[in-house]
Amino acid sequence: MQTELFINGRVHRLDADARVTLLDALRHHLGLTGTKKGCDHGQCGACTVLVDGRRVNACLTLACMCDGAEITTIEGLGEPGALSPLQSAFIAHDGFQCGYCTPGQICSATAMMDEIAAGWPSHATEDLNAPVRPSPEEIRERMSGNLCRCACYPNIVDAIMEVQG
Amino acid sequence: MREFQYSRATSVADAVASGATFIAGGTNLLDLMKHEIAVPGRVVDISRLDLDRIEPEGEGLRIGALVRNSDLAADHRVRQSYPVLSRALLAGASGQLRNMATTGGNLLQRTRCPYFYDTAMPCNKREPGAGCSAIGGVNRMNAVLGVSDQCIAAHPSDMAVAMMALDAVVEVEGASGTRRIPITEFYRLPGDTPHMETALDRGDLITAVLLPAPKGGEHRYRKVRDRASYAFALVSVAAVVRMEGGVIADAALAFGGLAPMPWRVSAAEDALQGQPPSPALFDRAADLVLSGAQPQEDNAFKLPMARRVLAATLADACRMEDPQ
Ligand SMILES: Cc1cc2nc3c(=O)[nH]c(=O)nc-3n(C[C@H](O)[C@H](O)[C@H](O)COP(=O)(O)OP(=O)(O)OC[C@H]3O[C@@H](n4cnc5c(N)ncnc54)[C@H](O)[C@@H]3O)c2cc1C
Ligand code: SF4
Ligand code: FES
Ligand code: FES
Repeated sequence: MQTELFINGRVHRLDADARVTLLDALRHHLGLTGTKKGCDHGQCGACTVLVDGRRVNACLTLACMCDGAEITTIEGLGEPGALSPLQSAFIAHDGFQCGYCTPGQICSATAMMDEIAAGWPSHATEDLNAPVRPSPEEIRERMSGNLCRCACYPNIVDAIMEVQG
Repeated sequence: MREFQYSRATSVADAVASGATFIAGGTNLLDLMKHEIAVPGRVVDISRLDLDRIEPEGEGLRIGALVRNSDLAADHRVRQSYPVLSRALLAGASGQLRNMATTGGNLLQRTRCPYFYDTAMPCNKREPGAGCSAIGGVNRMNAVLGVSDQCIAAHPSDMAVAMMALDAVVEVEGASGTRRIPITEFYRLPGDTPHMETALDRGDLITAVLLPAPKGGEHRYRKVRDRASYAFALVSVAAVVRMEGGVIADAALAFGGLAPMPWRVSAAEDALQGQPPSPALFDRAADLVLSGAQPQEDNAFKLPMARRVLAATLADACRMEDPQ
């Protein structure tokens, strides 16, 4: 399968079996190992990347299904010396221990803030038809697709709340 | 994952003619393909078909089969006029998964029975005639209503439960043209053929789900699960209840986690109609919902749980001050 992916602003051409997931394409074919594989079944969120600006589990989508899409991985959000606000906040608040879930957490939180800005409600939203008020409860619910085995949840919520305001 | 041929459908007709396995969001199909529970030889990607809009139709709404769960939950018309649907969607899966999952794929997601996923164990749904490991096995997540001696799998969708309470209609394009199937007739009970789950034939493509005119009233979706978020339902209930002059004018109730399909019992709804809300009335409705239940050792807890969830949901929907 010939697939063209626009990853972090650069075009990548991939010639791979149709079975290759977006996650394996990033890590094994394109050397972008920032995105992590935890469960490979949509259950942990470690593989979260942005496809056309929306957060998705890269382990449950095929690379060939993303042909022509714009993909942002943790490498595209910032780099040492030029970190994104969320990346800096995770450091400032100790939002990780082993760090394995962190790329997924930060990609997920980045898109989640856009979802809040767009007024999307969540399971934690009291009134479906009122503007969303960001709160720790909202953040916890909206980030529930990202598990952390080191249980850094309180610090992750603090880090996101700092940027979300 | 087994090898397969991948292609992208260019039109609805093209997809229907292919007779292949469709992939939409991929969140259920790819999971099953990785476990080699689904082993399609040909996969046709329908995700770019022009079926991703929510449009008014008559006094109701037409939801394209490829509308993503997140977009459907956030749609202002759905939030205002069909809030039970937004609530059910938001109670399911995760932010990432809802961004991928589609309306059609959600309806057709397969059971989460642990033995269906364990290819080392017999399962009639996976391999007709092999036997059912859940009967007498670990069956905490399995169904208590509508089951057979061949299969006790529960349907895992939250969205479909709300659609059942809303009297949704599934629009299907197949070899013989367009069909509209009420959601009450869309799912099949396991009987002797637990591998056959819906009214769809090979090649049938869901094109839309139609919602009739809004019913008004109070909309509730209450889901009980093992953790506060990101888990399948043990028991859930969708309730649309309209009060008039202190009595229940009408009520639509559908249950998740209890049966092989979203479960609706018209006798229970009829019993509520015209009555002032009370704990005794809710208990009578629960009797009618749960009569004929066939619990197993691990999942018998679902009966009292469903009773309590129903009572709490109805008290809330009827805005009772103090239900006890
Ligand atoms: C970790 C995890 C947690 C989850 N938690 C929940 C939960 O709490 N509640 C819940 O309700 N769901 C939950 N889900 C399930 C999720 O909602 C479904 O996987 C999703 O809705 C399926 O939609 P899809 O578009 O990805 O389907 P796909 O995987 O693309 O397809 C599923 C099936 O439908 C068929 N299909 C798809 N579209 C069509 C069409 N238009 N016409 C005909 N056939 C079609 C496919 O061939 C396939 O057989 C969870 C999933 C995961 C992985
Ligand atoms: S309950 Fe159904 S899905 Fe589960 S093992 Fe038995 S036959 Fe298979
Ligand atoms: S690796 Fe994708 S969700 Fe766990
Ligand atoms: S920091 Fe270790 S898994 Fe989250």
